[in-house]
Amino acid sequence: MSAEVETLPGPLPGGDRLKEIGAAAARVLIPVLLALIMGGIILLILGKDPLAYYGYVAKRGLLTWGGLQETFTRMAPLLLIASGLIVAFRAGIWNLGGDGQFLLGAVITSAVAPLLVGSLPDLIVLPFCMLLSIATGALWSVVPAILKARYGINEIITSMMMSFLGTSFANVLIKLFFWDPATTVPQTRTLPVDDRLPRLFGSTVHAGVLIALAVIILVHLMMTRTAFGLKLQVVGANPAAAVHAGLNVAWLTVATFAISAGLIGLAGSVEILGVFGTVRADWNPAYGLLVVPLVFLARFNGYGTIGFVFFFSALMIGGDSAARRVGVPQHFVLVLVALLLIFLAVVEYLDHLRRKKVR
Amino acid sequence: MNQSTAVVAVRNVTKRFPGVVANADVSLDFNPGEVHVLLGENGAGKSTLIGMLAGMQQPDEGEILIGGQAVKIASPRHSLELGIGTVFQHVLLVPSLTVIENLMLGGSWWQRLARGAALKRFRELSGLLGVEIDPDAQVGRLSLGEQQQVEIMRALWRGEKVLILDEPTSMLTPQGVRDLGAVMKRLRDKGVALILITHKLVEAYAFGDRISVLRLGRVVGEIAPDRLKAMTEKQVTDTVIQMMFGTVEAHARDAEILTGRGRAAHRDRAVDRSGAARLQVRDVGTEAERGACPLRSVSFDLWPGEVLGIAGVDGNGQKHLAEVLAGQRHASGGKIEIGGIDVTADGVPERRKHGVRYVTDERLGEGTVGAFSVATNLVLKEIGVAPFWKRGISDWNLIHDHARTQIKRNDIRTPSEKIPVGRLSGGNIQKVLLARELNAEASVAVFNKPTYGLDLQNTRLAHDRILASAESGMAIVVISTDLDELLELSDRIAVMYQGHLAGIVENGPDVERKVGMLMTGAQKDAA
Amino acid sequence: MEGLLTQPFLTALLFGAVTAGVPLLLAGLGEQISEKAGVLNIGIEGMMLFGAYTGFVAAFYTGSFTLGFLAGGVGGAVVASIVMLLCIRFGLNQIVIGIAVTIGFEGLTALLHYFQFSRTYPRLDAAPVIALPGLSQIPVLGPGLFSHNAVVYLAVILVGVFTWMFRSTYVGLNLESAGNKPAALDAAGVSVIKTRALAVLSTGFLAGLGGAYMANVGAGLFVPMMTGGAGFIGIVLAMLARGKPLWVLLGAALFGASLSMTTALQVAGVNVPTDVVQMLPFAMVMLVLVIFARHSVLPPALGLPYVRGDRG
Repeated sequence: MSAEVETLPGPLPGGDRLKEIGAAAARVLIPVLLALIMGGIILLILGKDPLAYYGYVAKRGLLTWGGLQETFTRMAPLLLIASGLIVAFRAGIWNLGGDGQFLLGAVITSAVAPLLVGSLPDLIVLPFCMLLSIATGALWSVVPAILKARYGINEIITSMMMSFLGTSFANVLIKLFFWDPATTVPQTRTLPVDDRLPRLFGSTVHAGVLIALAVIILVHLMMTRTAFGLKLQVVGANPAAAVHAGLNVAWLTVATFAISAGLIGLAGSVEILGVFGTVRADWNPAYGLLVVPLVFLARFNGYGTIGFVFFFSALMIGGDSAARRVGVPQHFVLVLVALLLIFLAVVEYLDHLRRKKVR
Repeated sequence: MNQSTAVVAVRNVTKRFPGVVANADVSLDFNPGEVHVLLGENGAGKSTLIGMLAGMQQPDEGEILIGGQAVKIASPRHSLELGIGTVFQHVLLVPSLTVIENLMLGGSWWQRLARGAALKRFRELSGLLGVEIDPDAQVGRLSLGEQQQVEIMRALWRGEKVLILDEPTSMLTPQGVRDLGAVMKRLRDKGVALILITHKLVEAYAFGDRISVLRLGRVVGEIAPDRLKAMTEKQVTDTVIQMMFGTVEAHARDAEILTGRGRAAHRDRAVDRSGAARLQVRDVGTEAERGACPLRSVSFDLWPGEVLGIAGVDGNGQKHLAEVLAGQRHASGGKIEIGGIDVTADGVPERRKHGVRYVTDERLGEGTVGAFSVATNLVLKEIGVAPFWKRGISDWNLIHDHARTQIKRNDIRTPSEKIPVGRLSGGNIQKVLLARELNAEASVAVFNKPTYGLDLQNTRLAHDRILASAESGMAIVVISTDLDELLELSDRIAVMYQGHLAGIVENGPDVERKVGMLMTGAQKDAA
Repeated sequence: MEGLLTQPFLTALLFGAVTAGVPLLLAGLGEQISEKAGVLNIGIEGMMLFGAYTGFVAAFYTGSFTLGFLAGGVGGAVVASIVMLLCIRFGLNQIVIGIAVTIGFEGLTALLHYFQFSRTYPRLDAAPVIALPGLSQIPVLGPGLFSHNAVVYLAVILVGVFTWMFRSTYVGLNLESAGNKPAALDAAGVSVIKTRALAVLSTGFLAGLGGAYMANVGAGLFVPMMTGGAGFIGIVLAMLARGKPLWVLLGAALFGASLSMTTALQVAGVNVPTDVVQMLPFAMVMLVLVIFARHSVLPPALGLPYVRGDRG
């Protein structure tokens, strides 16, 4: 499993297209199935009925209209974070500082939007806040980006440090600068519901989901069909070859980090503009690491990611309800994600062994 | 074959890898007090054979006899315990540890570091080899020749029964090669069985007591000691070529490459140096990262149609020279001009526009992206450039068309242009690189070790491409550690020593002696 | 404000610094072993957390702190064995598996805790303390630095032991080679896989012990996600220490001090959001990285699986 993915249009040679698709589907479905089975065994050991749990999750996350709307709504921030991760991972950069970038993006939007909506039309305020959050996220990635680009300092560590720093800093901002005087709990002013992102077709799903879908598709096209995307992929797959080909690796690294963190900042903004309208101190949904497995599962393919994000959103929404009803804490979802990641790696390893034998 | 004297013998050994038979029914004896040369080109199965003796791999069929007993050599450790020491082609020492620490490596973890005993053994072996090295020197700071001596010591550390040397001269100066020859003689006279792997006939004749010739995984002939002693170098050459190719004449060019004796025929062109130089390099220097050798004030001129060979032991700044010419390394001082235009500050894309091309020696390391398709790799240095990209949007159809044309024109053996380049053989990857670099607009080309690791056929192809490019008027720099190759290709030969251009000599009679002196750091007046 | 320089305050500050610093020290020392051997152990957070959980449960049911610490170490090593199998044996991506291990054990420990204790957080008794004779009588310093649980002294002793081990034992040579030139170690007849496996298991044990100390001594209870990034700080410490255990000790002391400051300032009633103080150690790391960027050298083979026959 690595960042070495190059997506070429058209079928691969030397084989049946159907066979390729089948193999790809197997590579994806087998880990999912194994993770669900293993998770079920853990539930059994803990004395819970896995079928009842999964059944309830499916019902609440997918099969009721209310649940399905929640699932769609939850997809917005996850898709945007996933877009950010796809850009970074394809360029071989481990931006694991998503939580900090997300929260700062959210805080900036929630601080600025309520102040502006009175005096400016929403059509200007909302995009302006999104841009501001993009800039904030990008800004928060500058130090790890430069350390990586200039000195080759491992960005995993630095982006994580910045993330811890960012989560605390978000709280500081709320408590010292943006505390809504009308509340006793530290939180920002609330954006009135009417000024938030519009709902779609009379549902509770907001327009941010469409933005997120558009972004992830654009990111996918950028990575597969433009010179810029190919350059990023060269840097990711073989930095020495990038230098050899005369690419400005340092600049591309900084650009990658900025785009990646900017999109994750946008995720924070959209979540506020679409759902919450305010940020409370100590709020941290910790989506950053959770989206990583989904992106891997889709092998950094934007379209595939949409599918997995949908699946995972349903799992989260269903899992939240199941925590109350079936008595399995939502932490179980973390275990499932980890199992998914591990089985994905193992299946890919076995696949690699098999191919090696065939060759 | 005399069963009783062999310390190690292989009997009917066969080893297969997916798609290839690396060794087929190989039987050989290795006797004490004898230098047994395994001669063959790249891919003949020499490395696989020693890999099995060193315990890295196990034979699929056949057996290995130690002192007449069939033994399964299960691991490198087992091999060492059996008294078989191996010096591999690539340095296998830990650069951050000292000499004595490297030699102590491999002790059981519950034991205390037995420094005293180790030093005693170290002195013993120093005496045996006739070398002097500081046991507390950090290995990374030693010369490659000294590092090799440390490797030989380590190979002999647990008993001096059998010593395997895999292409040991490839990184040595002529002086270093002579020293190594002396060490081998001493060891042989002490009764060690030496196995020398090489693809150079000259070395086989100079150092060997017995020569076995391998081709395509099989032993195709053997010259026993009595016979070898009675033969002249010419007779040995003819006999070996006969063994490898069936006839002396049929593969004249292959034989030339093998013996390194073919150059005279090809360098009869005179270079016209009356016009302006195509490439002018003046006092160019670079900054080194830790452990690398920078360039120090290098100057030379190169005319159209001329081939300048750069000789020297690896690690004397050749890599920096290639990179600074290609524009992928920043020059810390000096000036580079192409056709009178100052390009010192230009990066790779700008230099390419001026016709500069660079065929790197790290074909998979930096030359290509192994996981990407052949098609993408063929345009790797033109990402974003028309016609393959219009306003930054990729035209994949055109890129693939282009690839198919190139594949056909350059005889690149691949099932399709969409196959990851990393799955091709070394020779075909080199063809991809040559196709990418040597197009019509090229005017200055730098080749770094252009035939490193290639088999005879691909070596010949690469040489032909280089000579044809020169013929067409390109100015060419060829960097190589293989002097024979430079003698065949170059009009002039320059020697790099510790980042300096120690001197430039015309290719001609007596050039080997001059180059040899320059390589050891003798000053310019030698030439 | 004048309460800041009183004796009890300073004592509490020092005592807190040690308590907060020891888990970081253990994690950092553990990660150092892995990094030396060429393994980037991102899963260390998960190892600490599982160690904290198993350590707490063992101590809670047996009433024995010794057993608790042992169980913590073993718990960490169990998690490490997953990394060992998947990354060292199979050569799978160390970062991906590391993330999986961290996420997974965040979830699993929370889950197990919930099924064990529902929403209650039972406390342990105060952990036994060894007051060093003589030293512990010194005012301020004595109760602050020299009256601690045995694990604290063990951790400090380990710094010396590791320094000696890295420099003058075969283990040290092997670890160094496994990270710098694994092929050389292999050629010398020592298994790279086993060397790295041993390193990862040791990391797991130390991280687990650190987690158990956090739960049993530091907090006296187990709370889900209680390690809060301590493992990641351990990774940073190991990275900056460049193979020198003493530097891990110094780094852990600095981090411990700034974490301790957080609590101490609250106790003293200083009106600064705790978040500001919480930022300090991370800000400090970033600052150190920016200043010393050029000097943090990692083993060349770090993060790469070893395959015999590959060059390097």
